Amino acid sequence: MTALPAPFAQWFAARGWQAHPHQLELLARKDARALLLVAPTGGGKTLAGFLPSLTELADGTHRGLHTLYVSPLKALAADIRRNLARPIEEMGLPVRVEDRTGDTAQSRRTRQRADPPHILLTTPESLALLTSYEDAPRIFAGLERVVVDEIHAIAESKRGDQLALALARLQTLRPGLRRVGLSATVEDPPALARFLAPHPDPCDVLAADPVPAPDIAMLDTAQAPPWAGGGGVYAVGDVLREIRRHRTTLVFHNTRAQAEIFFRALWMANDDGLPIGIHHGSLDRAQRERVETAMAAGELRAVVCTGSLDLGIDWGDVDLVIQVGGPKNVKRLVQRIGRANHRYNAPSKARLVPANRFEVVECVAALEAVRAGELDGAPRGPGPLDVLCQHILLTACAGPFDADALFAELRRAGPYADLARTDFDACLDFAATGGYALRAYDRWQRLRQGPDGRWALRDPRTARRIRMNAGTIQDAELLKVRMRGRGPSLGEVEEAFAATLTPGDTFLIGGRVVRYEGLRELTLEVSNAATGTPRIAVFGGTKFATSTQLSERILRLFAAGRWPQLPAHTAEWLALQREVSRLPEPGRLLVETFPHEGRAHLVAYGFAGRNAQQTLGLLLTKRMEEDGLAPLGFVATDYATLIWGLEAVADPAPLFDPDALERGLARWLAANAVMKRTFRASATIAGLIERNMPGQRKTGRQATFSSDILYDTLLKYDPNHLLMRITRDEAMRGLVDFGRLRAMTERVAGRIDHVALNRLSPLSAPLFLEPGRVPVEGAGRERLLEEAAAQLMEDAGLPP
Amino acid sequence: MNGYAFTLAGAALEALGSGALWWPARRLLCVSDLHLGKAERVARRGGPTLPPYETQDTLDRLAADLAATGAATVICLGDSFDDDDAAAALPEEVLLRIARMQAGRRWIWIAGNHDPGPVTLGGAHLVDAAEPPLVFRHIAGPGAEGEVSGHYHPKASLSGRGARITRPAFLIDTHRAILPAYGTYTGGLRTDADALQALMGPDARAVLTGARPVAVPMRHGRARPRPLATLGRGGRN
Repeated sequence: MTALPAPFAQWFAARGWQAHPHQLELLARKDARALLLVAPTGGGKTLAGFLPSLTELADGTHRGLHTLYVSPLKALAADIRRNLARPIEEMGLPVRVEDRTGDTAQSRRTRQRADPPHILLTTPESLALLTSYEDAPRIFAGLERVVVDEIHAIAESKRGDQLALALARLQTLRPGLRRVGLSATVEDPPALARFLAPHPDPCDVLAADPVPAPDIAMLDTAQAPPWAGGGGVYAVGDVLREIRRHRTTLVFHNTRAQAEIFFRALWMANDDGLPIGIHHGSLDRAQRERVETAMAAGELRAVVCTGSLDLGIDWGDVDLVIQVGGPKNVKRLVQRIGRANHRYNAPSKARLVPANRFEVVECVAALEAVRAGELDGAPRGPGPLDVLCQHILLTACAGPFDADALFAELRRAGPYADLARTDFDACLDFAATGGYALRAYDRWQRLRQGPDGRWALRDPRTARRIRMNAGTIQDAELLKVRMRGRGPSLGEVEEAFAATLTPGDTFLIGGRVVRYEGLRELTLEVSNAATGTPRIAVFGGTKFATSTQLSERILRLFAAGRWPQLPAHTAEWLALQREVSRLPEPGRLLVETFPHEGRAHLVAYGFAGRNAQQTLGLLLTKRMEEDGLAPLGFVATDYATLIWGLEAVADPAPLFDPDALERGLARWLAANAVMKRTFRASATIAGLIERNMPGQRKTGRQATFSSDILYDTLLKYDPNHLLMRITRDEAMRGLVDFGRLRAMTERVAGRIDHVALNRLSPLSAPLFLEPGRVPVEGAGRERLLEEAAAQLMEDAGLPP
Repeated sequence: MNGYAFTLAGAALEALGSGALWWPARRLLCVSDLHLGKAERVARRGGPTLPPYETQDTLDRLAADLAATGAATVICLGDSFDDDDAAAALPEEVLLRIARMQAGRRWIWIAGNHDPGPVTLGGAHLVDAAEPPLVFRHIAGPGAEGEVSGHYHPKASLSGRGARITRPAFLIDTHRAILPAYGTYTGGLRTDADALQALMGPDARAVLTGARPVAVPMRHGRARPRPLATLGRGGRN
């Protein structure tokens, strides 16, 4: 084990600190080409990442950029800059540290390119832009190390694919470049190491010293959770009691809307006036920063939050984490529990609050998984081609390139290690000409091959447009919410939610009830609503599906037959289900059919996660409609799909034939809204749709048109176009999640337990209370439109 | 014919579901804002290479309307081409196709703000066309009577039982009719935009295009935000 160099050892000693073993280990192995450090939150991970850089820079001989630090959050980059300033100043190190994100002023960014600091703190997006400049070789001339923070979070999304491609570019510019990744606890560290390392180089995984096992349990609540629904408002009193007993509590929710509702209920019950804040991704940035600052200063007793606090600054004082709602995913639960790390060697404390009866089972299964040290997660799959298309365009912005050399470079990026040449060629063709079956852009292609065979922008001025549209973060279309009369900005809501509002409607945002007044220049104007029950603000945000591993654990828990670990109310419920019907079993599919309120019902307990169960509902009802069973609607949860209709299904088995489902899928996908949404995201990333334009005008919006038109046009004239292929692949993995549905039907392999009942079963009962019922409409849409129109004309006294 | 029947200045007209206006008594078909050559213009100006099928698609739909109506006169109400260069750059087969459509018909190109210059195609090139009691021009003028125009690409929304539908729409009142854009790659301007509110009278109705055109009051108390995913932003309307 290496000792710390003198000034560092003195600095640690002066503060009464001792370097963690993993910090010293990282220093000892600073010459490794790639290293992954896996450590729980707050283990001094970030300092470990920077120690090798600081020691190398200590003698003041290095010229130019030495270390690039990449984090998923802009706020984290700024925070690290402040944290690094202290040791650098106190040890008198000749080291300049600056951050560079979307928030950095243009003048400063220009200066940074001319005279880069020793340590540059940035985000994947800003790094991608930096590599797209003609002077990139000069900017990165002295680069020695890259530190990727919170790499487990970055690697989960397309931002990670973009980062891997940028790192491959840097490795070409600086063949000796060394990479370090800092990760929270993950289920498959070697996979993350492959993501980080330049392919096919090895990458060792260092594990920080283990932390004590967390203190986790279900929260004792005065009331049993309700049969259905989310939000956990029934437990507000119990949560408040825990907040009172602890110094600082984080109350995590799965969705922003639930966080808002819970926060409001908490506030109403908060008779002691405890300082409690709310934090989620739809709130105005200034408001979020105020909460973060108050939190860091120890002024808040609790923050009701969503995944927006999963990452980032270590809140020193958090001594309790409460998770409201099913955790859905054991890995994220463990990472959240790690937020309660007020003392490095004290166990983290967390309590779970199931929002409904089924989530009781899910929470207990998750607790067992955490205690068994079993994490979940799905492999990411190969790097997506839409990100590759954007990368090719950005590469062209930096200057002419050789296709063979670029292909070889791309395959050194972990996610693209197995990239096929045909796929690369298709992406290059798309970037150059659009890649259409009809060759239409001979004169106006974006990239053109020069006499030397290298590819370059036809018009160098387009580089600016391409850079303006770089990035892979696909925000849903958001509208700002502002108090009327130039009042303060409150946050953002999704356009789809805004579209459902009529002036006078009320909704919750930032813990207050506001009244929708009207739309002005793409901003929702609202006023304070004195009274009235708010409509629920459906900001969207991410809806996670319960992981495969957690679903299987729930099925195994059912199979145990005795449930001493479950609360009595839940154990009795399961026992009753076993008595009147049966419980779902691993490797089999339970299907119940029964009449209820004059309609035939069918429940399929697939345990395939919300998205796949939703897809199952769409496919089954389509099939049932063809079979003349007149389905009327369905509702899906993470565990089951409930379908109702006019005719009973006598034998459900043929409905679940995987091949038949897949054939149905192909037909159904073509005209599906999910596909259009997926297309819009991929087409934007790939550069077919521009979000930003130089000198954009506010007016004249009739000159713009919806991306749905492009989708329909390609479907009609060029259905095998690269982007249509990308869209299908994405939808299958994402919103449609057909892969998981197929895995379920294959695992079941025809072992379908059909139970025909004369009334609804205990397990199915909560499904009847679920929101999100999807009506099945054959040709109903046009008829609906005509009815509504006729009514409006009549109301207005106009002739039809 | 599947249309919404109305009268303007005494002329009996039909707003077709396709977005075209049909005047049965004169066997006259009017379409507005075809924006032919839009994809080419976007690429020429350094934008993305959009799927190059919109001209074919627009002409396919126009051909279907011509076949269904047997129109003797066709008025293209301006912005027929995305700009004058786009008109000049139309491929040979498109020019031939337009020429075949024109055969045996009276054909009028009205000048738009996108395509002010006369094009080399056959047919008459006019700033506006008087067909009493109606007058056809690209941009609506104040105080006009019996006026048929385009330019604004109006679109209207309707909500019912949880579903919201937004479609290109005709705007019609006692004095004028504004046609929706007929071209495939065209966006829309919501009916609550100031320009449209100023032009249209209190009795104005919007006729949503679609399989069957549907009329609603133009102002039915619902301010609807428009979708923000947009592309092909042109500098001019």
